[in-house]
Amino acid sequence: MAQVFQPRSNAIVRIVFIGGACLAVAVLVMAVAFSGSPYVTGAESVPQQPVPFSHQHHVGGLGIDCRYCHTSVDRSSFAGIPDTQTCMTCHSQLWTNADILAPVRESFTEDRPLAWKRVYDLPDYVYFNHQSHVNNGVGCESCHGRLDRMPLTQKKSSLSMKWCLDCHRNPSPELRPSGAITAMGFEDLSPEESGQLVAHYGIKTDRLIECMTCHR
Amino acid sequence: MTRWWFLGLAMVLALAGCQQEMAEQPRYEAYERAPDWPGNASARPPVAGTVARDARLEPVPQTLTLELNRELLEQGRQRYEIFCAPCHGITGKGEGMVVQRGFPAPPSLHESRLRAMPMRYVYDVITDGYGVMYSYSARVTPDERWAVAAYIRALQLSQHASTEDLTDVQRAELEVDQ
Ligand code: HEC
Ligand code: HEC
Ligand code: HEC
Ligand code: HEC
Ligand code: HEC
Ligand code: HEC
Repeated sequence: MAQVFQPRSNAIVRIVFIGGACLAVAVLVMAVAFSGSPYVTGAESVPQQPVPFSHQHHVGGLGIDCRYCHTSVDRSSFAGIPDTQTCMTCHSQLWTNADILAPVRESFTEDRPLAWKRVYDLPDYVYFNHQSHVNNGVGCESCHGRLDRMPLTQKKSSLSMKWCLDCHRNPSPELRPSGAITAMGFEDLSPEESGQLVAHYGIKTDRLIECMTCHR
Repeated sequence: MTRWWFLGLAMVLALAGCQQEMAEQPRYEAYERAPDWPGNASARPPVAGTVARDARLEPVPQTLTLELNRELLEQGRQRYEIFCAPCHGITGKGEGMVVQRGFPAPPSLHESRLRAMPMRYVYDVITDGYGVMYSYSARVTPDERWAVAAYIRALQLSQHASTEDLTDVQRAELEVDQ
């Protein structure tokens, strides 16, 4: 009877084992990369809105400050989405016949809110507060990117816990003087200037990475 | 053996089932959709006649009662540049960016009629609007309205200052510059 296993079977077994191990590692690496990818976290996504509102035109082109529309950003946890009356302070006179603004005019005359879709949305078990960031030197751009270059609002950060902690471990490079919070394209400060700002705002970095800060 | 498979499968399914239950909790976050409520909105306008807890009940004073200091003017400047400058312009001459794109031009804040107006008038224009200008009462709080009124007064004075108003030191500096 002929031998069932030829001498070269050893090599085949080895190749199969090593190949299998490599495959397992590759799958693991891909799974980790995938779970942090923009596809899963929604970073870079652009939700469809009832009106194609352009930050590029209003912020970049007209130079309107964020707080004209997101008024509660420096006095509450919620930044606020502008009501229809805010749009109508200008669009009662400008682009009054434009079709793309028809939903805004209907909302105004029929007293029915526009249903904007959320771009940034944390899970309900995470506590976030705008006021404590923008009144302590963190600019909108650090978290929301260059709005003045977005024809449609795009999500620019993953909102993962790692993303929050990366800044909370060492916030000083992200700090700005209080006059530049809503500015876009702000030049980074030198390390000495940033250090002075940490002291100026009285930021206690040890407290920022405690679980209780964000899960309460 | 088959029973173990079944148990394993049940455990995996149970894990998958409980994932992210906490992400959507049975409460409304700010402005969250509330199906079947009017406008599908959880944020409701207050019932007519509601008085806010921190609302002032006394009548609006005729003139500024807050302390007039640098801090108040800086606050007024910040709010003016956010809410008024798009139309009235940084200098108050009425040539803001939105006016350049076709919004009806407001009068210059430096014309003599408006230089003579009391601060209370600016407060009222912010509260109620004026002509094609809408009310800003939802976004500019009463204290901020006084701050803006005080800042507009400073802006008007800045366009009608003479060297007589300067201190000796400032005048000396100006002469060196020239
Ligand atoms: C003219 C009014 C206006 C101005 C000025 C404005 N925004 Fe907005 N913003 C809106 C509207 C309307 C939406 C909702 C539609 C959308 O998401 O595009 C929005 C949405 C956003 C969102 C996404 C909110 C979400 O759904 O999660 C962010 C972030 C944002 N704005 C930041 C800014 C920043 C930063 C500035 C200043 C640089 C700014 N906005 C200036 C009107 C404005
Ligand atoms: C401070 C004045 C002002 C406010 C407030 C304002 N807009 Fe505009 N908007 C303009 C001007 C001016 C233009 C014309 C832009 C241009 O000529 O570049 C414009 C253009 C537009 C356009 C068409 C051009 C484009 O950008 O694609 C849309 C849509 C629009 N606005 C939506 C809105 C909505 C929605 C709101 C309320 C959240 C709003 N605007 C609030 C001044 C304003
Ligand atoms: C530290 C990061 C950070 C900074 C700085 C920041 N934001 Fe946000 N913003 C967020 C997060 C996170 C959310 C989602 C909040 C949620 O889901 O509860 C958000 C949501 C928003 C929204 C949607 C409404 C809301 O409040 O949930 C708007 C509008 C907005 N931001 C505007 C701004 C503006 C304007 C500024 C600057 C003045 C700013 N943000 C600064 C992180 C930030
Ligand atoms: C770009 C930097 C940066 C990012 C990103 C950031 N933070 Fe912060 N955060 C800060 C700084 C700086 C402070 C300190 C403010 C202080 O000292 O009061 C702070 C403070 C806080 C506080 C304390 C507020 C209070 O009232 O005690 C909370 C809660 C918080 N952050 C949540 C978050 C969450 C949740 C995220 C992610 C979604 C996040 N932050 C992302 C910089 C950041
Ligand atoms: C700076 C804010 C911040 C701090 C501090 C923080 N977390 Fe989180 N945590 C988050 C955010 C944001 C998420 C949501 C992540 C997401 O949606 O992917 C989260 C999610 C989680 C989750 C759920 C993960 C999942 O995938 O479902 C757990 C568990 C958790 N955090 C535990 C902790 C513990 C334990 C600590 C303290 C060691 C801690 N967190 C500190 C911001 C924070
Ligand atoms: C969207 C453009 C716009 C914005 C923003 C705006 N205004 Fe006006 N304002 C006008 C126009 C236009 C007029 C002239 C109205 C008319 O004659 O019908 C006016 C008139 C005025 C007048 C003069 C009234 C008179 O008797 O002639 C004052 C005072 C004034 N505005 C103050 C303010 C203040 C303070 C703010 C900021 C809180 C502000 N405005 C924001 C457009 C604007």
